Amino acid sequence: MNWWYPTLPPNASSFGGEIDSLFYIILYITGAVFFITEIALVWFLLKYRHREGRKAVYIEGNTTAEIVWTAIPALIVVALGLFSQPLWSRIKVDIPADAIPLRITGKQFEWHIKYPGPDGRLDTGDDFTRRGELHVVVNRTYSFALGSEDVIHSFFIPVFRLKQDALPGTSIPGWFRATETGQWEIACAELCGLGHYRMRGRVWVHTQEEFDQWQASQARPAAADTTATPPPPTRRRAP
Amino acid sequence: MSTAAAPVAATHHEHHEMSFVRKYIFSTDHKIIGIQFLFLSLFFLLVGGLLAMTIRWQLGFPGRPLPMGGLFPQTMAPNGMILPEFYNALVTMHGTFMVFFAIMPLLVGVFANYLIPLKIGAPDMAFPSLNMWSFWLMIPAGALMVAGFFVEGGASAAGWTGYAPLSADQEYTGVSTGQVLWCLSLIVFALSSLLGSLNYITTVINLRAPGMTWFRMPLSVWALFITAILGLLAIPILAGALIMLMFDQTIGTHFFLSASGGQPLLWQHLFWFFGHPEVYILILPAMGITSDVIANGSRKPIFGYHSMVYAIIGIAFLGWVVWGHHMFQSGMNPRLGTTFMISTMVIAVPSAVKVFNWLGTMWKGDLHLHTPMLNAVAFVAMFIIGGLSGIFMANTPVDIYIHDTYFIVAHLHYVLFGGSLFAIFAGIYFWFPKMFGKLMNETLGKVHFWLTFVFYNLVFFPMHLLGMGGHMRRIYDPNQYEFLQPLAPMNKFVSISAFLLGLSQLPFMVNFLWSLFKGKKADINPWRDNGLEWTVPSPPPHGNFAHTPTVYHGPYEFSHPQAAEDFLPQNQPLPAAPLQPGGARQETR
Amino acid sequence: MSAWKLVALGTISALALTGCGGGGEAGSGGTPAAAVAFPVDTTTAATITGTVRFAGTRPTLARIDMSEEATCAGKHPNGAFSEVAVVNSNGTLANVFVYVKEGLDAGLTFPVPREAVTINQDGCIYHPRVFGIQVGQTLNIQNSDGLLHNIKAVPTANRPFNISQPTNMTTSRTFTTPEIMVPLECNVHSWMNAFVGVTTHPYHATTGADGSFTIRRLPPGTYTLEIWHERFGVQTQQVTVGASESKTVAFTVRG
Repeated sequence: MNWWYPTLPPNASSFGGEIDSLFYIILYITGAVFFITEIALVWFLLKYRHREGRKAVYIEGNTTAEIVWTAIPALIVVALGLFSQPLWSRIKVDIPADAIPLRITGKQFEWHIKYPGPDGRLDTGDDFTRRGELHVVVNRTYSFALGSEDVIHSFFIPVFRLKQDALPGTSIPGWFRATETGQWEIACAELCGLGHYRMRGRVWVHTQEEFDQWQASQARPAAADTTATPPPPTRRRAP
Repeated sequence: MSTAAAPVAATHHEHHEMSFVRKYIFSTDHKIIGIQFLFLSLFFLLVGGLLAMTIRWQLGFPGRPLPMGGLFPQTMAPNGMILPEFYNALVTMHGTFMVFFAIMPLLVGVFANYLIPLKIGAPDMAFPSLNMWSFWLMIPAGALMVAGFFVEGGASAAGWTGYAPLSADQEYTGVSTGQVLWCLSLIVFALSSLLGSLNYITTVINLRAPGMTWFRMPLSVWALFITAILGLLAIPILAGALIMLMFDQTIGTHFFLSASGGQPLLWQHLFWFFGHPEVYILILPAMGITSDVIANGSRKPIFGYHSMVYAIIGIAFLGWVVWGHHMFQSGMNPRLGTTFMISTMVIAVPSAVKVFNWLGTMWKGDLHLHTPMLNAVAFVAMFIIGGLSGIFMANTPVDIYIHDTYFIVAHLHYVLFGGSLFAIFAGIYFWFPKMFGKLMNETLGKVHFWLTFVFYNLVFFPMHLLGMGGHMRRIYDPNQYEFLQPLAPMNKFVSISAFLLGLSQLPFMVNFLWSLFKGKKADINPWRDNGLEWTVPSPPPHGNFAHTPTVYHGPYEFSHPQAAEDFLPQNQPLPAAPLQPGGARQETR
Repeated sequence: MSAWKLVALGTISALALTGCGGGGEAGSGGTPAAAVAFPVDTTTAATITGTVRFAGTRPTLARIDMSEEATCAGKHPNGAFSEVAVVNSNGTLANVFVYVKEGLDAGLTFPVPREAVTINQDGCIYHPRVFGIQVGQTLNIQNSDGLLHNIKAVPTANRPFNISQPTNMTTSRTFTTPEIMVPLECNVHSWMNAFVGVTTHPYHATTGADGSFTIRRLPPGTYTLEIWHERFGVQTQQVTVGASESKTVAFTVRG
């Protein structure tokens, strides 16, 4: 993190790099506009400062200028928008069909991640759930169905450039493919109560062998359901 | 088409002497009401600022007991250590107070009330009694909001955006009464605001003096007029949504509670459909004030007056179709992300046009860098940054990463503080002499400006970097995340700068209060400005104008080649032009 | 001015609406009103002792995965296990709440004990898991883990609360209404649960590692004793104790 040239954290996902490129393109364009306009501003402040004997020039406007500085920004921003649209579609609209499925649920103040188990299918007998731990295989595509048990949360993995709000009552699809092995953090990015600041998780990107080993260690029944036997249902106050 | 055949001020009240209470407390005079709004909103600006300092204390020194924190009750800060739920309330109330009780009333309640009748040549608003109600409703609204801190469970803690279900069921926050009070307060506030909008719109349409055509109105009046229309249309949506939320909280409805079939996204759509026009309400009057002050400080007409008007209208119009950019990651159909991205990108254009026109105004001007001008120029400089940073988040893929991070916080503070608040300072410094008949101290004004400008940038520019690092919003203790721990020194730096920014407001407070009583007497037109308000005494009498003025030209005839001075008030015709070869005279506008 | 009256009426109605759903005051029936507290005559006070036996297959307790909280995982080097149904080595059941449900004279009030009851969060487990407290008695909630816990009480008769403790600290609360049982939970660590039995009198106990309980200084009389377990439900028994008598009661819970 430099003061003079800000950089983003490392990228570990397939679409993260494209998001970063867009970020930098916008940074260069807005940076150029910033320097041009602010330097002009300071230049005018200095050059046209009140001096005895010098009068302002009575200018009411310039239609050509208006047209130019309306059209050029319009073209730039619309082009930028159209240019970015395909990436957005690829990330949020087109969920790959052949991905390994996960079910991720946010609740005050934990992430629960349900794995499909060795058969690769959810809602079968070999599924298991982990609290706050996402284990994936590098260079494999995963899709997830994101939900919430209570309030709105937001599933955020900075190094994947992945963020999706979790909405109670809805299951929202998403996907990612990790491109680097390593261990990083998962955060909640939508205010969800007093524990919002600590709704952490961790993501491990493994090689296939490491993942297989880990998964094998998860399948034991005693360790299976880590939420243990749920207590009697909490009786809610009547509204 | 517009004419005020209104009776002149002198006959308005005949011999009727009003009591002190009717004259200064329950006044229907727009000037008194504007000043009442000024005192009330400056108070809430202070409240919002103190809340911000408390937030920054926690972020700069997580877990460290607050100085004088022993004053807080155990439920908020045991032994002075801020609790996470109290932190959430601080964040919520800072945003709420600043948006609704500081910036909006400062821009609209103060300047729309004070300036509109004066600048269009009217004796008062179209509905003076309604105007009085508009102010006095702010008192219960403010009281209800403050009361949140004193009830069991504390103040609202669901963010100033109040997303459901967090805000709709006390089960999720532990805040019960406070959350309802938040809704109730804002409903009362909405009523106050609507009454104001009705007044401003009617007054501008109907009470313009002879000769004050639409395109001779100052840009401040245009901006306030368009803002009033935005408010009239947007605020009822907020009120409706708040009523629905309050019903969810109290009587068992489930508009926003999914467990019983409601839809949390509905709250977001309703809130932001109001919320986006709202942010234009928060910036347009500031732009209007900036135009007036920059033209004055440059001794030059506003460059591209007509374009500026169309830009205001364009921003207001487009502001209705961009609300979804607050919801890109919300789970709404992602295809909507594309449509909202395009509309949001387009709305950057009229704002850019305005910036270029301000620069064009300064170009080849004769710049007098008095305190109002410094603040107005700072508006432009900071708005450039705030506007440009908006482009990042308008871009849907980039927003995936920066949504709900400090990048957004940086953006919103660049437009609301760097933008609106600097313009408010410009407006206060500029119109104080007219309001109170006294001059503010120019040296203290410049000290206040420079200290504020420097520390403000030291606080908010680094937030762009924090956001790039992935620093989330509304986080009580960032150090809980390993990836945020390297950003702790930057957080500390921002906090210390914030405390210094807070202290930098002391020169303003001292200047303001001292000048009220001991300031040098202001004459009728200390800034040598063209507006109609500068043609009447400081402060103007009840009824404003002894005789209804006649307007001969636009408001920005500075340094006109035919004028004797470098300014020409709107009620003075242009001196006759010397004959051109061929006998034609130069036209007046 | 009628307009003012209208505004006043509107404001009052609105505030009343606030009070309706938001506050949720549930009555304060349990607090002793009279200054005269019941003096137990120690010369005739009786005692009830007993055990709660468990019949059936001893349930296997699931291992709690605390890997998301390294500090707490470190406090359980041999692993942490769920406590939903702890059967002791001698075949008795732990964490059973026992209390006098009926039989005390209706007009009796008991002094609120000056000693506080403490529940401690250590290793991300509530200690104790099940306990009793009297209305008005101070509950000290202690955090010994140095990390964020929140204690959320989800009662139906008492006022709910949800307080956070970001670091080592102690917070106090009291209950105003008798209630069997008030669940406590931590939302940061969803395996954490505890249960509080709130009574108007001191005649309650919780079984421990030996499955036994003792209730002392009872006035002689006939009582309904109730036991409560989070998984196995409730059972009652009638007990009659004479002056200075000590009676033993046995419960058997079928698993």
